[in-house]
Amino acid sequence: MSTTETTESRSRGKAPAGERVADWADGRLGIYGLAKANMRKIFPDHWSFMLGEVCLYSFIIIILTGVYLTLFFHPSMNEVEYHGSYVPLQGQLMSEAFSSTLHISFDVRGGLLIRQIHHWAALVFLAGMFVHMMRVFFTGAFRKPREINWLFGFLLFVLGMFTGFTGYSLPDDLLSGTGVRFMEGAILSVPIVGTYLSFFLFGGEFPGGDFVARFYSVHILLLPGIMLGLVVGHLILVVYHKHTQYAGPGKTNKNVIGMPLMPVYMAKAGGFFFLVFGVIAAISAIATINPIWAMGPYRPDQVSTGAQPDWYMGFSEGLIRVMPGWEINFWGHTLVLGVFIPLMIFPLVLVAIAVYPFIESWVTGDKREHHILDRPRNAPTRTAFGVAWMTWYFVLLIGGGNDLWATHFHLSINAITWFVRIAFFVGPVLAFVITKRICLGLQRRDKDKVLHGRESGIIKRLPHGEFIEVHEPLSQEQLHTLTAHEQYKPAEIGPLVDENGVERKVKGSEKLRVKLSKAYYGEESQIPKPTVEEYKEITSGHGHH
Amino acid sequence: MKKLSARRRHPLAAVVVLLLALAATGGLYAFVAPTGKAQAEETAQSLAIDEGKKLYAVGCASCHGTGGQGTSDGPSLVGVGAAAVDFQVGTGRMPAATSQGAQAPKKKVVYTQAEIDQLAAYIASLGAGPNIPTEAEYGPEGADIAKGGELFRTNCAQCHNFTGKGGALTHGKYAPALDDVDPKHIYEAMQTGPQNMPSFPDTILSEQNKKDIIAYLDAVNSDDTENPGGLELGGLGPVSEGLFAWVFGLGALIAVAVWVAARTAKAKKS
Repeated sequence: MSTTETTESRSRGKAPAGERVADWADGRLGIYGLAKANMRKIFPDHWSFMLGEVCLYSFIIIILTGVYLTLFFHPSMNEVEYHGSYVPLQGQLMSEAFSSTLHISFDVRGGLLIRQIHHWAALVFLAGMFVHMMRVFFTGAFRKPREINWLFGFLLFVLGMFTGFTGYSLPDDLLSGTGVRFMEGAILSVPIVGTYLSFFLFGGEFPGGDFVARFYSVHILLLPGIMLGLVVGHLILVVYHKHTQYAGPGKTNKNVIGMPLMPVYMAKAGGFFFLVFGVIAAISAIATINPIWAMGPYRPDQVSTGAQPDWYMGFSEGLIRVMPGWEINFWGHTLVLGVFIPLMIFPLVLVAIAVYPFIESWVTGDKREHHILDRPRNAPTRTAFGVAWMTWYFVLLIGGGNDLWATHFHLSINAITWFVRIAFFVGPVLAFVITKRICLGLQRRDKDKVLHGRESGIIKRLPHGEFIEVHEPLSQEQLHTLTAHEQYKPAEIGPLVDENGVERKVKGSEKLRVKLSKAYYGEESQIPKPTVEEYKEITSGHGHH
Repeated sequence: MKKLSARRRHPLAAVVVLLLALAATGGLYAFVAPTGKAQAEETAQSLAIDEGKKLYAVGCASCHGTGGQGTSDGPSLVGVGAAAVDFQVGTGRMPAATSQGAQAPKKKVVYTQAEIDQLAAYIASLGAGPNIPTEAEYGPEGADIAKGGELFRTNCAQCHNFTGKGGALTHGKYAPALDDVDPKHIYEAMQTGPQNMPSFPDTILSEQNKKDIIAYLDAVNSDDTENPGGLELGGLGPVSEGLFAWVFGLGALIAVAVWVAARTAKAKKS
């Protein structure tokens, strides 16, 4: 009796320690309200919704390992003689940046592993963002209300590219030095201001003694700071907009079907973080990345073949490599079109994909919110555009690695360069046409499946000798999923004469919009989905056929 | 002098002058002529040249001409030296295949070293050129690896990559990978500049420089080279790294994501 009394009195008198801490925090931070609002946030289950998580976790890994690296890295271009433990470089003159990177790689405990985790995670981060972006693109998740978040994500990708590039340049090795030289050349090609910009950036003639220190603050402070802000904004918007979901029974534009953040996704996401960390750490323990010791210190008079940037900058390398070396000389000035044109196309490649959502929403004129994702086949023009863009990007990547394609496939580098030059223009068009045809084919197949059922593979012989294949009708769920998407009607130019008989002037932009809308949603661009009447007629009639 | 000039028309004068001249040249010859051992070497050398000439007539003459003067199918070999023969034939690049690609690739060696030496002796006899280097010239003793690395990056990396993994040249030609190439052959290649490679005679890269470069390659690009970071991924830099990150990095992570997403907490069906 006495024991029960004491427990009762304890529970009545004093709350458990955890609750007391939580109460204390709530009184000052209002965490109960926050938790109530957010802990039950629902995440739908689909692997493609976890691509963004891969990016977030690799970003965290990059920050953690990056902090460790800053403890040992000296962002200085002072010349020193190397006397560390890597024999083939002993006695060589190099910058302190390079020497401290060697020190991290060979003489700091765990340094090489951390360096490799940092760099591998960076490659995975960018690759993850690319795939995440493509997932959002092909499923139409960028539509209202998520346009701003699409731009946030796009900015993260672009900033990630430049953060990666500045990081790759920091060790001041022969490979990255060549990359920085490449960048300097691109800046110099800008008419009129190029030279000034270059001198401003490098504090004088290239390479000067400043750029490592400058890139360092950009790499560890400026860009990651902006990115961190964008990541937070991106996540807040994800929570605010609620998650999108694929069409299915019970899933509407007004609900989200899935598991709550607490406790299911807390556990899943937490576990997934460690899985991501584990995979990246395993790769870093298995495979070398950026072996700066093998490349040697940067000297402007040295260069190596096979000098490429990390993959995310590869398309810019491709642009330069395949561009004919045109230049115009006039009044003692040179306009290096061979470099300047690629420099102008570089942002164009990126912007092309970034502005697409706005073009699409202008063409559809759709102002409604969309929370149900499209299947790529049900938006053939969008899907075809995305594939065309990826083809463009990939063609340029081939151009960036043209020497390795040549040596590994025993081809002529000149032939590859010409292939890329032609494919730069032709490839996306072909990809567009082919993808659209494939999408329409898949739509037809879906329609067929809805109306006639699934091919069962069972062959039946009828009494009069005819063989038929038995088609199994789809379940109600499957029927719903295949027909849940809505189809736009192509826009029309309104009446040219208003009710008072006054002729209306049709703007050029409106004509263009109607034309585009026809291309998007005309007869050539979508297969009308089966209607209820069609379905009823066929299923009630003569059965399977 | 008067006595001599008085007898200069003597019938035997011509004979005496002839004898004196013969004695002088003979004596000079005896003084200058090589000793017996040298004679034996010379015989062996001329034997090797003879044998080499026979091998040449069978295996090389169809492209390089009967006297090494070259034809439309193959360059002149006069003055290329023994080192060039030892490199080209010793790495299997020569004899070239009948249907030539952009350049003659390294392949199976078809001659024995003795035959290669004979061919080399014959070609060397056509005109002076670099000799086959000795172990003292290309061996690792007294080499400075770090200096060799610097020289390699300055003179070789443009085509052969940072650590000699090779690279592409125009129109299907290429600078081959230098993994585990015999030090002698590297030396000879630098000396003679085979195919598309420029030559680096001793006036450009001294004997010591060549030795350093060979020692550097041996340190960073042989079977015994340690890769502190793990798998080398071909040593080709960011392209193979990017491919690896996409396939094994992101590929593995997507596989993990699929696995995690598939393991959902299903509501119990009642």
